Amino acid sequence: MSVRITINGRLIEAEEGSTVLEAAQKAGIEIPTLCHHPALRDFGACRLCIVEVEGMENLPAACVTYIRDGMVIETESEAVVESRKTILELLLANHPQDCLTCEKNGDCRLQDHAYRYGVRASGFKGEVAEHPVDDSNPFFQRDYNKCILCGSCVRMCGEVQVVSAVDYAYRGFETKIAAAFDAGLEDSPCVFCGNCISVCPVGALTPKQSKGTGRNWEKEKVLTICPYCGVGCQLYLEVKDGRVVGVSSADGPANRGLLCVKGHFGMDFIHHPDRLTTPLIKRNGRFEAASWDEALDEVAKRLGEIKAKWGPDAIAGLSSAKCTNEENYLMQKFMRAVVGTNNVDHCARLCHASTVAGLAQAFGSGAMTNSISEIEEADVIFVTGSNTTEAHPVLGTAVKRAKKRGAKLLVADPREIELAEMAEVVMQQLPGTDVALLNGMMHVIIKEGLYDQAFVEERTEGFEEVRRTVEKYPPDYVEKITGVKAEDIVKAARIYAGARNASILYAMGVTQQTTGTDNVLCIANLAMLTGNVGRPNTGVNPLRGQNNVQGACDMGALPNVYPGYQKVEDSGVRDKFEKAWDVALPDKPGLTIVEMMQAALEGRVRGMYIMGENPMVSDPDINHVRESLENLEFLVVQDIFLTETAQLADVVLPAASFAEKAGTFTNTERRIQRIHPAVLAPGEARKDWEIITDVACRMGYQMTYRSPAEIMEEIARLTPIYGGVSYDRLETEGLQWPCPEPDHPGTPYLHKGKFTRGRGLFHAVEYRDPDETPDEEYPYILTTGRLLYHFHTGSMTRRSVGLNEILPEGYIEINPRMARELGISDGDWVMVASRRGRVVVKALVTGRPKDGVVFMPFHFAEAAANVLTNAALDPTAKIPELKVCAVQVEKHHEGPGVKTGGGA
Amino acid sequence: MSKTVLICGGTGCVSSDSHKVYDRLEEELQKDPSSRIEVKFTGCHGFCEQGPIVIVQPDNVFYCRVTTNDVPELIEAMKKGEVLERLLYRDPVTGELSRSREEIGFYKKQKRLVLENCGEIDPENIEEYESRGGYEALRAVLGKERSEVIEEIKKSGLRGRGGAGFPTGLKWEFTAQAEGDKKYVVCNADEGDPGAFMDRSILEGDPHAVLEGMLICGYAVGADEGYVYVRAEYPLAIKRLKIAIKEAEEKGYLGDDILNSGFNFKVNIKAGAGAFVCGEETALLASIQGERGMPRPRPPFPAEKGLWGKPTNLNNVETYANVPRIIRMGADEYAKIGTEKSKGTKVFALTGKINNTGLVEVPMGITMRDIIYDIGGGILDNKEFKAVQIGGPSGGCLPSELLDLPVDYDSLTEVGAMMGSGGLVVMDETTCMVDLAHFFLNFTQKESCGKCTPCREGTKRMLEILERIASGKGQEEDLETLQRLARVIKSTALCGLGQTAPNPVLTTMKYFLSEYETHIKEKRCPAGVCKELITYRIDPEKCTGCTLCAKHCPSGAISGEKKEPHVIDPDKCTRCGVCITKCNKDAIYLA
Repeated sequence: MSVRITINGRLIEAEEGSTVLEAAQKAGIEIPTLCHHPALRDFGACRLCIVEVEGMENLPAACVTYIRDGMVIETESEAVVESRKTILELLLANHPQDCLTCEKNGDCRLQDHAYRYGVRASGFKGEVAEHPVDDSNPFFQRDYNKCILCGSCVRMCGEVQVVSAVDYAYRGFETKIAAAFDAGLEDSPCVFCGNCISVCPVGALTPKQSKGTGRNWEKEKVLTICPYCGVGCQLYLEVKDGRVVGVSSADGPANRGLLCVKGHFGMDFIHHPDRLTTPLIKRNGRFEAASWDEALDEVAKRLGEIKAKWGPDAIAGLSSAKCTNEENYLMQKFMRAVVGTNNVDHCARLCHASTVAGLAQAFGSGAMTNSISEIEEADVIFVTGSNTTEAHPVLGTAVKRAKKRGAKLLVADPREIELAEMAEVVMQQLPGTDVALLNGMMHVIIKEGLYDQAFVEERTEGFEEVRRTVEKYPPDYVEKITGVKAEDIVKAARIYAGARNASILYAMGVTQQTTGTDNVLCIANLAMLTGNVGRPNTGVNPLRGQNNVQGACDMGALPNVYPGYQKVEDSGVRDKFEKAWDVALPDKPGLTIVEMMQAALEGRVRGMYIMGENPMVSDPDINHVRESLENLEFLVVQDIFLTETAQLADVVLPAASFAEKAGTFTNTERRIQRIHPAVLAPGEARKDWEIITDVACRMGYQMTYRSPAEIMEEIARLTPIYGGVSYDRLETEGLQWPCPEPDHPGTPYLHKGKFTRGRGLFHAVEYRDPDETPDEEYPYILTTGRLLYHFHTGSMTRRSVGLNEILPEGYIEINPRMARELGISDGDWVMVASRRGRVVVKALVTGRPKDGVVFMPFHFAEAAANVLTNAALDPTAKIPELKVCAVQVEKHHEGPGVKTGGGA
Repeated sequence: MSKTVLICGGTGCVSSDSHKVYDRLEEELQKDPSSRIEVKFTGCHGFCEQGPIVIVQPDNVFYCRVTTNDVPELIEAMKKGEVLERLLYRDPVTGELSRSREEIGFYKKQKRLVLENCGEIDPENIEEYESRGGYEALRAVLGKERSEVIEEIKKSGLRGRGGAGFPTGLKWEFTAQAEGDKKYVVCNADEGDPGAFMDRSILEGDPHAVLEGMLICGYAVGADEGYVYVRAEYPLAIKRLKIAIKEAEEKGYLGDDILNSGFNFKVNIKAGAGAFVCGEETALLASIQGERGMPRPRPPFPAEKGLWGKPTNLNNVETYANVPRIIRMGADEYAKIGTEKSKGTKVFALTGKINNTGLVEVPMGITMRDIIYDIGGGILDNKEFKAVQIGGPSGGCLPSELLDLPVDYDSLTEVGAMMGSGGLVVMDETTCMVDLAHFFLNFTQKESCGKCTPCREGTKRMLEILERIASGKGQEEDLETLQRLARVIKSTALCGLGQTAPNPVLTTMKYFLSEYETHIKEKRCPAGVCKELITYRIDPEKCTGCTLCAKHCPSGAISGEKKEPHVIDPDKCTRCGVCITKCNKDAIYLA
């Protein structure tokens, strides 16, 4: 409904419910503000946006005054201008005269308004705040002498990030923004996301690594996508003199201006001195620098030899979930068309292979069904096997915001994760018992008649068998298996089923088990049972880990499918690709990662080409991995750093990082977004896609592309779900597949009206124990996972100054009761042993894991959790059981040192 | 014959040990069980200046300044049916003795309606409240339509007693009409104005009146839960409220299905934490919600979106305390008291340079002159009246020209002052108006929540200017700067604290500009208050060198030989004035 108002003599039509500020902005009239920010609720604190309104006494603030029909407003009257000047004068009187050396020079709203109104710093001479500058945290500096107390940081931290680490403190002239007890941020709940910096209008908050690197106008800002996790945050890399000197946030569709500590402050790995700059060839056990010709000829020669002598299937390739879609496409094309094998896989095998397998069976499509922006709108969010606030931080804030808005949160996780604190029901199930738990919930929902009958009848098939199966899982029985109280199972089931729109978020806790596929099938069952698929704000939402693991899967870097999940065994499909690539293609599905390692150990695979992956830290049973890789005849590793895996290679090829090339990443919500190069690759490092094409050519296959855009053209021609994708369509918001045609707008949520496979398929699943359960020798359960400050094998984050400072070493979480029993105190060294190896690591005594369950993050190579983990595989997805194995824990009296002796 | 001894248990008299008088009386009376004398602790009688107050009923004898030593004699007199004259009130001017309260000038022009029970009942005994008509209004209301009750309050003309004077019935109507599945009633008992103790006395002396008022409001607006936000500096009020709530619950006036009406209501107490700004309604609500007490922009008003986003009616203690009385006497009767636009009475805390300081209740429309001279008994030590500050740190001063101004909401706002919550500070020629303005502005600046620029930064700069002026460093431009800052702060501040903070400065400048100018141009403080502008000097002709002053000087600023004229070192002298009080030769003067 529109409303007619007069601003500065102009008659304007504005939307009912707008503020004066919004109405003015739409009409092109600029009212100065300091505390206003589109991402935050209006606050009315700075009083700069005051206007004169006929009939209203005093000067109301435009940002919090709602328009009424017939309102007459003056935005620059004499009284208004006098007040604004005085307010600016007052702010400047309590502000250091530091513009010349201030990082915000040229980018500061206080400067802008002072200039506009001609306000000089002189005026009120009196006391000036003298707060000591807080330099205590590794990421940014807090100079509250420059703070104008607009409260934007407080509101960002409280309303959007939902952490509330800072607030106004003290009163009167002494008022300042502070963390609890006015101590440093490291003592507060602050997660160093830096989102406060993004909204600060002045120079009070300054990233440390950018200090002194240039003023706003001296730096180039390149829009790109974060290389860390699957949320796919848009950000700007700030570049000066050919170096990335900082990061600022961008308003991308997945992150809306937010970032996490890694995205904001973890980019200094780009220019780390450890970056590989020349090809390396190992001679006599030592790496020697070589030229590209030397190195690539060696690669082509050795792979060619193995192919000739042992056949194409003696070669295996690992593509990279960190590399672009174009590069993943080329890698699988290389392995298939040039080497002639389907032995191509990547780390999705270790994380969401169960999802791809499970959801493909149940729905016909193995991807996140809904979009990230819809999570915040759900009425009930069921989070299981995901420590969302640490593994997908920006997405985690959406869950918290939903809860603040009134949504109900259900959490099922063996550890007391942060989200458990605000959950309606917290279920701490024993690792590996998810099928029982989910069946138990379904039992309650069916028994109490809470399921969506219409949906089940019209949209699904296979319900009867599931009904019969879950009948055997009453809550009391499930309690015995899982350790979760029967009444909690009932409560959670009722809440989930009773929601109008319920969304399930899940990740590794569900997938990385020998029953991973089964777990996913149960989740699919649960969602279909309650009609929570195919509608907005609902869904089955697996949170993909890597920045482009979704894309790597989409591009077919998998042994059984071509790009777009088109089956290798389908002769019609194979035909299409043979024509497109002008070569005969192998028809048998290839080996998965863990199978490749086994095959390498047994001599069935003799050569491997590993791009951007670090199985020596990420795979289960690392000792076994080492043996396997060492047994290869030839190993070539292409990466940006000399990782633990690269160290075992015969040839190392230096690659460009995400900041040094063009291409696309696909995030967890199926959104294809462009990355843009900001700087040149160091030394002689080359872009992965160029390296692959070079190797291909040297092996006799003509592979030339002028640019990644051209590669995408080929992808689009062959991949129906990417059919309508082209670079010019991806400029700002990307596209969510399926996007089959050039004019198709993309797909926010899947399975609308019908599932990809037609009807959703229920699968009856019985509970099975994990492969290895505790026994007398190994009485405790080890579960592994991620942390906020580091990423996966740590190759990037452990080379970032700030991240490494705040969390320099690994640890093992031990429950206090268990610690007491074992005589272990916080900070003690402990020896953790499994059937596969042992690790010496520091103890962190915390109530987060249950008694009898221990947790280790897998980021720290020198205390590698994966030395201990079990490579037992899920039969369908071939994903290893990284989340459950049996260990012994005892206090260790010596200091550090990884003891990776084989066996117990 | 049996007698009842009512001992004032208000904070003022308690600090003068009235509770010890009570204890002594009990102790002595126990020795003689035949005496049929009952002792009761009551609320504030109002005449704080003369406390501890003791009233003997049914003889209606009013005793003041009673100490524990007086107790045995007092008991004797009561037994004999006599009056102990030395403890009666003696008029300071005429010397006349008054036997009972009604004869005392302090009480004559008062109209104690809200305070009717204070001083008469034991505030910790609900039955005494009931015996004087307590909870009858609630009973009556529960049988009416909710809209009827609101109409009655509207008809009475009751306006908010917290200071702003918004029509109470209208506020109740807004809350009643607001949409919401849950509504709240909140009582603002923060009473932050320095020197104000009206609400405190009501809560300590007659807490059930407030509860009954809240109950009636809750019924009328459709709320089932209430909060009393009491400042933590009022432990006695909190204690009495807790007792009252418990008693009311036991008797079924609070809880579920009150008096079988189907109406549910419960009351919670939330103590403040020492912030003046929490007397502002939205800051108060934030504080109840566990957040920092900072105001937020309005609209939406609390009636629409208040506590936890629900419709909330927020009124002051005195406002609620008026409600049972209005229902009992009827709106029309109530509306006969006061003026056309300001109905009823107002409780004031009368303090400052007057003879009779204490708690008074007067009909709206009474003149300031009557309050100060009749009730207040005139200026202390017969000095000249200079001004009276009304409305505390948000209010303004009224000079002698305005002494005949009727005390009601609109007359006061017309002259740039405001009713405020009821603090009245009377000043004589020994008060410096610049210093007064400084005192209040210093308070509001320290209490500023810090959220908005004009209040947080602006009051600080105004304060610095006043400090300069008071120390002889003021400049001509300063007066204009003060006006500009005041203008900007008043028109742009986010809440009432900021919007009214410049008032003391503005009104003192309006009526006493010459005093400011003297400070600036002549570097002199006419009232002899501003320390840096006055020097204490010893007249060598009058000084006999008795060393009394030197011995008592707390800063060791006076030196001199015995029998020789002494000298004051102005750098050490803190202008405390002790030397002047000690010198019996009148040798020390202010230069």
